[in-house]
Amino acid sequence: MLDIKNLQVRAEDKQILNGIDLHVNAGEVHAIMGPNGSGKSTLARVIAGHPEYQVVDGQVQFEGRDLLEMDPDERARQGVFMAFQYPVEIAGVQNQYFLKAALNAKRKHLGQPELDAMEFLQLIKEKARLLDIDQAMLSRAVNEGFSGGEKKRNEIFQMALLEPKLALLDETDSGLDIDALKVVANGVNSLRSPARATIVVTHYQRLLDYIIPDFVHVLSAGRIVKSGGKELAFELEKKGYGWLETGAEPVGA
Amino acid sequence: MAQVAEKLQPWRTVLETRPQGGPRWLQDLRDRGASRFAALGFPTVRDEDWRFTSVAPIASTEFRTAPPAIVTVQELAAVPYATLDFRLVVINGRFSAELSQLIGLPTGVRAGSLGAALTEHADVVPRYFGQLADFNARSFVAMSTAMTTDGAYVYIPDGVVLEQPLEILYLTAGGNAAEMSQARTLIVAGDRSQSRIIETYAALRGGVYFTNGVTEVFAGEGSILDHYKVQQEGLESYHVASIFVNAQRSATFSSHSFSLGGKLVRNDVNATLDGEGAEVTLNGLYLADGDRLVDNHTEIDHARAHCPSHEVYKGILGGKARAVFNGKIIVRQDAQKTNAKQTNRALLLSDDASINTKPQLEIFADDVKCTHGAAIGQLDEDAIFYLRARGLTYFEARDMLIHAFAGEILDRVQVEPLKRALEAELYAQLAKDLAEMDAV
Repeated sequence: MLDIKNLQVRAEDKQILNGIDLHVNAGEVHAIMGPNGSGKSTLARVIAGHPEYQVVDGQVQFEGRDLLEMDPDERARQGVFMAFQYPVEIAGVQNQYFLKAALNAKRKHLGQPELDAMEFLQLIKEKARLLDIDQAMLSRAVNEGFSGGEKKRNEIFQMALLEPKLALLDETDSGLDIDALKVVANGVNSLRSPARATIVVTHYQRLLDYIIPDFVHVLSAGRIVKSGGKELAFELEKKGYGWLETGAEPVGA
Repeated sequence: MAQVAEKLQPWRTVLETRPQGGPRWLQDLRDRGASRFAALGFPTVRDEDWRFTSVAPIASTEFRTAPPAIVTVQELAAVPYATLDFRLVVINGRFSAELSQLIGLPTGVRAGSLGAALTEHADVVPRYFGQLADFNARSFVAMSTAMTTDGAYVYIPDGVVLEQPLEILYLTAGGNAAEMSQARTLIVAGDRSQSRIIETYAALRGGVYFTNGVTEVFAGEGSILDHYKVQQEGLESYHVASIFVNAQRSATFSSHSFSLGGKLVRNDVNATLDGEGAEVTLNGLYLADGDRLVDNHTEIDHARAHCPSHEVYKGILGGKARAVFNGKIIVRQDAQKTNAKQTNRALLLSDDASINTKPQLEIFADDVKCTHGAAIGQLDEDAIFYLRARGLTYFEARDMLIHAFAGEILDRVQVEPLKRALEAELYAQLAKDLAEMDAV
């Protein structure tokens, strides 16, 4: 589904990614871990099309198409979704109105009829119930005045509604209490299917107790320095990231 | 002084042929206005209150007083806002009984010609007219006072509730020459009365013309008055207008100012909280493009204790448009427990658009809460990306953000047909501006 080759990325005049190779098949969950500044969030944002970054070299193919050629909105309509690390507050735009516009943009792209107000309301009520989301959140302005946890829940809610083929979670777990963490995990797990893939970017292993990854990759200084199965995450939790600097390998990995 | 005299030359004839007649007090008032205007001349950019707004184009144009004009019902129907049940129509500064629709207002309510009221409502009008519109330092108010002939008059007795909104339409039906109209309004809202009054300024025909507006509003004790001003003058016109408000004890006064038209526009709102517990809200939304200029000056005078005031002004500027916002808040020595909040935001859609903004707080009491904030900028790039990351195109994202920006003010409009008309006008104008920008 997603094929990244030798991806090199700069932001302003700093090179952040130094040649990433990553292959994600449909049905898989990949975790990207690494210390602060390793480039893991950059990777997610570049896939989503954030304008702040320049791709210096490399390729990103999504379902056989050149993802880097697409505008961020086209990527979204093709089925790429990123849950933001810092969801943006948008004053004056009602959450529900925004969600409807997003959903209908995707449906239009897929040649499906747009949902009318009634159908849409039914759909979001159902999704809200599934994810244990307070419906009052829907009539508030997008993320405005939301707590950190509410913002992250809102991201997962959008993801559940838009049903992306490829979901990227950019440190969605940071700053969440255990209840919110479960909501996030529940949202991701309920979307898991042989047709979809998920990339979980995280600093901590905690979220991976609830979202069991098929693969774990460790990023350091803009490179994947180690890949493995879910046990790698436990090792990292135990050993921390200090071994990256010394060059030593975590025991047992 | 030679300069002033020279500048006033074209205006001398206008002043000399100013209206006569009416009661003695009115004649005196006109005379005082005329001599004050002659002494002041037009303001220049050396005057602090006019630093960024040069009225030289007005001062140097030989405007003549617009003659009476005939406007048909069909022409009136083309004005987007003239849709309410009750309307008071003033054409070229003169009340039009034919086009006004005032039958069915509650008993005791007077709405109609100010000219007639100046003589006929002698027990009320002299007590209010000219009392708030201080022209000592204001040239345009002095001019208005000197030229007083007609306009709109609304009187709501104590305790009367106007269920339906009342619209005052100031229309210019111009000819070929540069013409000007004095748009003078007196609103007296009795104690515990309740009303919604809309002043609309628009042109049916006419290129270069000048509207000089002065509105005085008395909001009696415990009254609730929602005042709307919709300025949609022709795009070559000049519009200078001041609203003076006196809010008595526990009165709730709201001003909603929408400035959409005009080439050179100056809106002043001066509100005095003149009784304990009075509350004033000033909302403003303005839109300008091309090389138009819109200047909003507001002044909230907290003269008594325990009064809250809220102010939010927002502007959207494209092209080479310029805007000025000056928000003055005075808290007098006795006005303890004042709570004043002012916000001013502007969205610049182009690199060439600009705004000069200044909060001006003069606080003489010690137990008060005053906050002000200004935010000027382009559209939020992060918000655009967020919306695009959810599948909206750049254009959809941009439109959504601009509509949200304006929506905060539009949503406060409590007259549904007016809100719809404003939305339609505003968004049509924005769509045109944005299409022009995208074509470049």
